[in-house]
Amino acid sequence: MADALLKVTGLEVHFPIRSPFLRRRTGTVRAVDGVNLEVARGETLALVGESGCGKTTTGKAILRLIDPTGGSIRFRGEEIAHHTPRQLAPFRRRMQIVFQDPYASLNPRMTVGGILAAPFEIHRIGDAKDRPGRVAALLRTVGLPPEAARRYPHEFSGGQRQRIGIARALALQPDLVIGDEPVSALDVSIQAQIINLMRRLQAELGLAYIMISHNLAVVSHVADRVAVMYLGRVVETAPREALFFDARHPYTQALLSAVPEPVPGGRRTRRVPQGDVPSPAHPPLGCHFHPRCPHAMPVCSQEAPASRIVSPGHAVACHLVPA
Amino acid sequence: MSAAIATPEGQAARVWKRFRRHRLALAGALVVALLLASALFAPLLAPQDPTLLDTALRFRAPFTDWRFPLGTDELGRDTLSRLLHGGRVSLTVGLVAMVTTVMTGALIGIAAGYLGGIADTLLMRFVDTMLCFPQVFLLLVVAAFVPPTLLSISLVIGLTSWMEVSRIVRAEILHLKEQDFVAAARALGASRSRIMLRELLPNAAAPILVAATLKVASAVLMESYISYLGYGVQPPLASWGNMLTNAQGYFDTVPWLAILPGAAITLTVMGFNFLGDGLRDALDPRLRMDP
Amino acid sequence: MIGFVLRRLLQAVPLLVGVSLIGFGLMHLAPGGPLAIYTLNPTIQVQDIERIKIIFGLDQPVHVQYVKWATGIFSGNWGYTFFGGRPVLDVILERLPATLLLMGSALSVAIVLGLSVGVLGAVKRYSVFDTLATTGALFALSFPTFWFGLMAIFVFAIELRWLPSGGMWELGEEGSILSLLRHLVLPTMVLALVITATWSRYARSAFLEVMHQDFMRTARAKGVTPKARLLRHAFPNAAKPLIALLGVELPFLFSGALVTETIFGWPGMGRLFVDALGMKEYPVLMGMMMFTAIFVILGNLLADIAIAAIDPRVRLQ
Repeated sequence: MADALLKVTGLEVHFPIRSPFLRRRTGTVRAVDGVNLEVARGETLALVGESGCGKTTTGKAILRLIDPTGGSIRFRGEEIAHHTPRQLAPFRRRMQIVFQDPYASLNPRMTVGGILAAPFEIHRIGDAKDRPGRVAALLRTVGLPPEAARRYPHEFSGGQRQRIGIARALALQPDLVIGDEPVSALDVSIQAQIINLMRRLQAELGLAYIMISHNLAVVSHVADRVAVMYLGRVVETAPREALFFDARHPYTQALLSAVPEPVPGGRRTRRVPQGDVPSPAHPPLGCHFHPRCPHAMPVCSQEAPASRIVSPGHAVACHLVPA
Repeated sequence: MSAAIATPEGQAARVWKRFRRHRLALAGALVVALLLASALFAPLLAPQDPTLLDTALRFRAPFTDWRFPLGTDELGRDTLSRLLHGGRVSLTVGLVAMVTTVMTGALIGIAAGYLGGIADTLLMRFVDTMLCFPQVFLLLVVAAFVPPTLLSISLVIGLTSWMEVSRIVRAEILHLKEQDFVAAARALGASRSRIMLRELLPNAAAPILVAATLKVASAVLMESYISYLGYGVQPPLASWGNMLTNAQGYFDTVPWLAILPGAAITLTVMGFNFLGDGLRDALDPRLRMDP
Repeated sequence: MIGFVLRRLLQAVPLLVGVSLIGFGLMHLAPGGPLAIYTLNPTIQVQDIERIKIIFGLDQPVHVQYVKWATGIFSGNWGYTFFGGRPVLDVILERLPATLLLMGSALSVAIVLGLSVGVLGAVKRYSVFDTLATTGALFALSFPTFWFGLMAIFVFAIELRWLPSGGMWELGEEGSILSLLRHLVLPTMVLALVITATWSRYARSAFLEVMHQDFMRTARAKGVTPKARLLRHAFPNAAKPLIALLGVELPFLFSGALVTETIFGWPGMGRLFVDALGMKEYPVLMGMMMFTAIFVILGNLLADIAIAAIDPRVRLQ
């Protein structure tokens, strides 16, 4: 990929488990354990996995809301994994986030106008006089009336609040927006509206998205490419069509079989993995998926599979696939 | 999900409804309003100059002379006028001490809660340490060190009673800082001070308001303690506490001199306590004592 | 359990260090420093002050002084009084029994009364009794202790002449238990008032919380009698916050005792403190600050250990 906007290599986020007394380190949760991702300008990458797989942590680490333990985050060619808050300031304008819960992500004690003016205040863009105009323009962009600026978040519906959250993310004209399950808390009827709004804005503003989701159905609408995460690692990355029709990793196949079939009659056999997801504090040796994998081989419990290229843009980390 | 967070206008009606049900709180609010008004207009309401001496008119009993509705003290000064002016002093000390307490407590609580880590440990250890000393001991020692002026007394009371406020605020911040709106502010590049003061502080307003009300009550009480023991407001300036000290000497013969200022203190403390209790019930169900 | 006790003991160390730092700091921030009594006295010559400084070690750097003073505190050498040069610890300890007697009697009265009122209020929630008790508690919490004391003296000692107005013994009756008890009644009543109110409020909410938990419903479904449910099921669970309260309330108890002792001329630590304050007896004042703080730390420690003894979950945190 020539024009990579974001290139994440070997990203690790480890949380220490500390004893209650003397705060001794007694273990480590490997929430993100060597993740590689690339996002090109204007494209949508879906990051998919079950809850607890580390997808949200990956997103927050890319935004440097959580400090990465290791690895590299190159954004627009610059390494930002170890930037100080001051060094990060210019990147904050280029990378934004839309949260899952539109109730918790807007400050209940601020008016919508205050919430949307905050990005300009923080980055000292314009002056107090022209901020109402900027706020009104943002509201118009996401399909809300300018009068909304005077009201408080709780006066709006969930879908409207999510529009406000999107407006805030767009205020500084970012190149990349990370959507952390941006529609999963909304009614199904509203979900499509928000998805369509985000697609329209992508086309108009040339945004790149990382859409974090546990729901493959949502992803199938919006993603150009899909990365599947399991227990802190990316197990398969592929263009959307390749992933849906030619999934190679047993975990991806299992996820796909759990998606309700849109075409009646076109039944697939459901392959639900056995057992529970292991704790990221004690991940299995070798391939993290091997205890639940129907095709596990002796090598799977000893050696973590390296990523293999199946076809252009399609990479799988599985011993079943010949290197 | 996070509907537990109080939101402004939508809740105002509900808060008022809950508050109104609380009859004692309403009474407390009324008492507080009357006290504040009488303190504010004391010079207009007082029938006499509170410092005017007339030894010929010593120890008049209440309700015997229309010029001195509540009688006179050992120097012939008008008790009602002294009560009104003393209330001014006591309430001023109470309010200034409350502001000091709340500002110190809120800042330390926010800093400890939001910054976490070493800062949190150090600040909270400091709070724990301060709480080991009985407040009256700490108060008296410091009060005895500094020259007693209204401001110094208020500051000393404020600076020895902020610890609970900081604990309350810290607990609130610990809960709030995990909310996504804080993450959103960080993603925008907001500074720590902006997040603490603009994003978090307004959301902790409810428990701070409750603590502030209750702190006025305890500050008035503390002022009366140290004035009673002679380290507070100094004569000839009247405060309810030093009026009581004076009255103690004539206690067996003219008890009303002690009864009146004590009743004034009790009424004030009760007013603020009832008001604070009602506010707590109305504003913050999580902080409620009685379900 | 031993591990838990050790851990809690270790956690008390920084508190002790903090308390000693604040105590030491206060003494040195005082106008005139720890020798104010001499420096502010015009009859004492400058060279005498210099000599005294050397005797007290005040010519040494501050941190050396602190270490000497702090090690003294922990080895029982608390310095000497300005007047009379008696060991500070002795002066404090000889006042301790009177204070402990007053605090103990007030606390027992308050716990018995407060618990009964609180539990009854919780059992008969929203009854007339409950409303009266919760309102009464809020009233009691608003009473200035010293005013309540004065009123009690006025009513019971001056008007009714039932009880003595102050002191610990009648002249010539020192050591008489009966006289002591008569003198103890009013101070106990005054000091117990606020504590009773606090206890009844906490007991009520602790019991209300416990009574609505699943295991209480289970006990009821099993047919356990109401009395057994209260004593065997609710009490051990409600006891935890109340024991914690015992530790937390200790500083308030000292504060209350100070005021009560002053009103009733009770020869305890509170009186000593007020007297020392009047004479600028800094060594005694600082000694008492340290003494009460250490007392409070130990009290909280004991409360925590008691809670851990009741509830095994606390030990593991």
